[in-house]
Amino acid sequence: MSLIDSLPRVGAPKLPKVDGLIPWIVPLAIVLVWQLACVTGFVPSRVLPAPTDVALAGWKLLLSGELVRNIWVSFWRASIGFVIGGGIGFAFGLANGLSQLSAKLTDTTLQMVRNIPHLALIPLVILWFGIDESAKLFLVALGVFFPIYLNTLHGIRTVDPQLIEMGRIYGMTDGELFRRVIFPGALPSIFVGLRFALGIMWLTLIVAETIAASSGLGYMAMQAREFMLIDVVVLSILIYALLGKLADSASRALERLTLSWHPAFQKK
Amino acid sequence: MQEALRFQPVDAEPVDHADIVVKARHLRRVAEGAARGLSLTIRGLRKAFGDNEVLRGIDLHIPAGQFVAIVGRSGCGKSTLLRLVAGLDAPTAGSIAFGEQPRAQDVRVMFQEPRLLPWARVLSNVEVGLGRERSSADAQARAERALVEVGLGDKRDQWPAVLSGGQKQRVALARALVSQPRVLAFDEPLGALDALTRISMQQLLERVWRDQGFTAILVTHDVAEAVALADRVLVIEDGRIAEDVTIDLPRPRRRGSAELAALEGAILKHLLEGSEDTSGL
Repeated sequence: MSLIDSLPRVGAPKLPKVDGLIPWIVPLAIVLVWQLACVTGFVPSRVLPAPTDVALAGWKLLLSGELVRNIWVSFWRASIGFVIGGGIGFAFGLANGLSQLSAKLTDTTLQMVRNIPHLALIPLVILWFGIDESAKLFLVALGVFFPIYLNTLHGIRTVDPQLIEMGRIYGMTDGELFRRVIFPGALPSIFVGLRFALGIMWLTLIVAETIAASSGLGYMAMQAREFMLIDVVVLSILIYALLGKLADSASRALERLTLSWHPAFQKK
Repeated sequence: MQEALRFQPVDAEPVDHADIVVKARHLRRVAEGAARGLSLTIRGLRKAFGDNEVLRGIDLHIPAGQFVAIVGRSGCGKSTLLRLVAGLDAPTAGSIAFGEQPRAQDVRVMFQEPRLLPWARVLSNVEVGLGRERSSADAQARAERALVEVGLGDKRDQWPAVLSGGQKQRVALARALVSQPRVLAFDEPLGALDALTRISMQQLLERVWRDQGFTAILVTHDVAEAVALADRVLVIEDGRIAEDVTIDLPRPRRRGSAELAALEGAILKHLLEGSEDTSGL
């Protein structure tokens, strides 16, 4: 299977119902093999519980309300942190993309800060904020800031200068030029930043909750480890995978909605 | 041969035979109530980029409604001249004066690239051409009329990405036309099109120019295109006007006719002789 084969083909036969299922074949196969390995005793349940055991653990936690509460707490932290960090990153990206002065003033500083792994700040953050909500929000916001900032800046800087000249010739004001030319031109790049940021958002949150929290999915996994509840640990990991997939699907849907003009997103 | 072509000295007074022909046509348009073109007078125009002097003193008068083609080798300064006329760059010295003070939407440019907004439907792209009048009540109706004029009325709701190169350029033309400009500057607008599309675009350009009566300035490297479309061909060499040729042939001109071929041959010969680096070939 070469790269060429994986590209969309003009007039390729379409099997719409089967098409939607293809991405799930591999995950399903993995679960199936995993189940078989556990049932036959090839993998001892102390190392890895069977998928059915994990599902059972999930069902129990669902009934007790613990699961929903922890997912909700994690989801809330992720969203708030994302909105704060992403919002600030977007604002800096816009400012530094549109204004030379702003870029000169802040870009070097931001590039220096960017090279510090934000998770390295965890000890400092715990000292500052304790294991309070603000510690997690701070880390998520910091992690999300840079991909959004960098890609917004890049998107604005790479808008076709010929289109900007065209807009000026046709008498667009600065506001119109931004709304009709610069922002739509930067949007594909901003979406790349958004998807990177969503990945970093979950990663940061999980690490932060594992180390310093009293609720949330990461906390639930750590508690389960204390009591040797390996099925709950595995359940937490699977929920992360699903939440990550959900965030990615949401950003893709948004992309399809706003980039319908783009040849790559046009319905065949 | 030279006499037949009516080559003129560069510093000729603006009033000459070409002027009279155009004036007659202009008067006819006035009579029809369709006079729209602006006249244009350029005096001592110079443009330098650092030490590189691209234009070295251009004096030129273009009567209202004339179709002028500017030809020359690449790097001779023809596109620079066009950008100065369109107000995209400021001259180093000299002046460009229009017959009367133009409003912003009176002077429009069409580039080699269509420069359409990929994220706006065809009709919105044309509406961009209305400039400050974009928000007026009849904006959409005017944009639709301009689209119909270039023969793309049925493409109004398409994305630019699905159009062919020639169709995109026609949308760009509609965008330039929608504000009913009085001077339209073309910077090699057909340079990237295939031969057949080029010819039909040339016919379209000629038709809209005859319909609307704007002053047209066409920069092109295609001498055949210049003699087929223009009332007058200017040959630019080393930043100066080297030749000013009146093309006094009736329209519509038949492509491939002997007169056109003779004119084209003479201008091409001049262009080739004018450069020393090819004399040894």
